[in-house]
Amino acid sequence: MSTGTRLVEFVRALREHGITAGPSETIDAGRVLEVLGLADRERMRAGLAAALLRRGGQRAVFDQVFDLYFPLGIGAPDAHAETLGQYREQLAEALASGAASELTEAARTGVELFGAVDSDGGFSAHQTLEAIQPQTLVAQVAEAVASGGFAERLARDTARRRVAEFRERVRTEARRRIAESRGRERIHRHAVTPSAESAELLALNAERLAALRRTIGPLGRKLATRLAARRTHARRGEIDLRRTLRRSLSTGGVPMRPAYRKPRPNRPEIVLLCDMSGSVANFATFTLLLVQAMRDQFSRVRIFAFVDKTWEVTELFEATDPDPARIAERVRSRVAPVASLAHSDYGRALGTFLDWYGDAISAKTSVLVLGDARTNYGSPNVADYGAIVATARAVHWLNPEAESRWDTGDSAAGAYHALAPMHECSTIAALTELVGRILPV
Amino acid sequence: MALFASVDEVSARLAETGYLASGEVATAVFLADRLGKPLLIEGPAGVGKTELAKAVSAASAAELIRLQCYEGIDEARALYEWNHAKQLLRITAGRGESWEQARADVFGEEFLLPRPLLSAIRSEHQTVLLIDETDKADLEVEGLLLEVLSDFQVTVPELGTISARHVPFVVLTSNGTRELSEALRRRCLFLHLDFPDEELERRILRSRVPALEESLAAAVVEMINALRGMGLRKPPSVSETVDWARTLLELGARTLDESVVADSMGVLLKHRTDIEIAHEKLQLPG
Ligand SMILES: Nc1ncnc2c1ncn2[C@@H]1O[C@H](COP(=O)(O)OP(=O)(O)OP(=O)(O)O)[C@@H](O)[C@H]1O
Ligand SMILES: [Mg+2]
Repeated sequence: MSTGTRLVEFVRALREHGITAGPSETIDAGRVLEVLGLADRERMRAGLAAALLRRGGQRAVFDQVFDLYFPLGIGAPDAHAETLGQYREQLAEALASGAASELTEAARTGVELFGAVDSDGGFSAHQTLEAIQPQTLVAQVAEAVASGGFAERLARDTARRRVAEFRERVRTEARRRIAESRGRERIHRHAVTPSAESAELLALNAERLAALRRTIGPLGRKLATRLAARRTHARRGEIDLRRTLRRSLSTGGVPMRPAYRKPRPNRPEIVLLCDMSGSVANFATFTLLLVQAMRDQFSRVRIFAFVDKTWEVTELFEATDPDPARIAERVRSRVAPVASLAHSDYGRALGTFLDWYGDAISAKTSVLVLGDARTNYGSPNVADYGAIVATARAVHWLNPEAESRWDTGDSAAGAYHALAPMHECSTIAALTELVGRILPV
Repeated sequence: MALFASVDEVSARLAETGYLASGEVATAVFLADRLGKPLLIEGPAGVGKTELAKAVSAASAAELIRLQCYEGIDEARALYEWNHAKQLLRITAGRGESWEQARADVFGEEFLLPRPLLSAIRSEHQTVLLIDETDKADLEVEGLLLEVLSDFQVTVPELGTISARHVPFVVLTSNGTRELSEALRRRCLFLHLDFPDEELERRILRSRVPALEESLAAAVVEMINALRGMGLRKPPSVSETVDWARTLLELGARTLDESVVADSMGVLLKHRTDIEIAHEKLQLPG
């Protein structure tokens, strides 16, 4: 295959994974290969990334697709270890040295020895890692790394970081082997992990969640700018027809001087009502932090959380610096003091909210409900939800579940949706888009 | 005319100025020069975005022209402005002449105040144009940048169109506080600059703080990486690594120990909660 054709296919594959490089980027990429040549693969990778990417979060996806389309082309490695025990000894040494080349080598050998799932070229990173159990080497590696003195305390962290790096290399290597034996077009569709922004919020692991948390600040500021822009816009243009006509009486009915609507004197008030039960807590926390990051756009933000009963938790977020990694835990320990964690009770939660904090809602408040509307087969208490909808200025429900799953099993999504808009909000990208659009100005 | 002959030359010449570039960074700089496209650098604070532009300027002996963006910056600050005060003086001084004469005169070179963008375009020599913290500027300024960076020429109605003699090497930096427009991004090559890997960071230390002993440098880098893995609000960046290393030298520390780390934590971490978390995870007293 010519380089040009491969490049075009590569760009097309990127596009399928949400990296939209257009024709001009593709031309740039072609010039990049011309200028750099094809000899040095890592330079090619860097050069193509410079030409084809537009933002930082796209890099992980880019690298995976790159590995498929510009593979190392080296086939199977020579595997020296005979037993799992021997292999783990070699791996421990590689981890202790921390050198990138040794870790790559160990990953390649590992996939070769333990990763084959069938005879026609299937390889599994999962199976490889299950067999090797690299995490059980942390203590041994830490001991080897420890140089004495204070740095000793960091040895475990260092060992853990290197194990994580090794796991990543195993994944890369397994993808590469599959691509080599089965052709890349067939595998890029399901073998590439999506970027954090388009990942399902309900299925995030700790690592990716941490990566996402770091984006909250910038994301919040971006949304705040967007709201501010919408606000100035809304304040300028609107003509007050009644006052314009009244004025025109003095000019013989000709509306010479249009009167403009007075800007709303107060910034809007926001009430957030969040399900903090296990299944959706991540989603709720993320959204809370996001709204909190934009709080100077609102005159007041009050936060209520529930599992089976509702409690106000606003002040937990008002600390000078709410620590994103811990706040979820603290909120949860507040709302579920006994160990009855798991099950949310929407009916009771709505009821206690109205009973205890009903005065939080007025015609000036916009309410956001965050949750999956899964009632565990209890009553959805639609009446109390209706009372909130009737009093508030606006109510929106953000549901992290895909719309296709609403109303299946114990979901009462439809019943709530009938009273006020409910939005599917399964990815960060969707959440950001929504928050920017529905929050009042 | 190209500034660098190869990627390796970029690395070597930048290193001579004290800037240690990863292969990725050197490749991006080389390509920006070769393809004549601006280089947009995004990344967290203190990873060396601004410094890279300065290093390219030093390495290629091209004058550095810097446009520092801020909220409210406008064309008059970014491109050019007429020196109205001087024009007025000139007009009052030449009372006798016709308006035609006066106008031809006061809209001449002498009364023009070039700002960074125009300076870079007009320069007789090769320049490095650093448009720093682009995300702080408003959207209108982005439009202006787009115009200037598209064909490297500027039209001053009273003077005509001025084209660049040398296409400047352009670096735009952004912390990502605001999303830059798609159109501007499309004009640029993109480089996401992140924290360096351990090996590179040790080399940066060797270059910036040569007096620091190798073993202490290694411990510093290890510690910094551990902190970066703690999920802090503001993890320490390269500039903090360098500052911390200098502080350790000043404290006369030869190895890391509990009290030295506790005493100098303020150099590394800026948020109170971050400091608390680090104290707890590192089992520091207090
Ligand atoms: N690769 C490197 N080689 C040498 N020094 C570096 C490197 N990267 C960063 N530094 C050091 O880090 C310091 C901070 O870099 P710089 O001011 O360029 O950061 P920045 O990314 O522009 O940050 P900000 O977003 O806050 O403007 C520099 O003064 C330099 O000492
Ligand atoms: Mg800077």
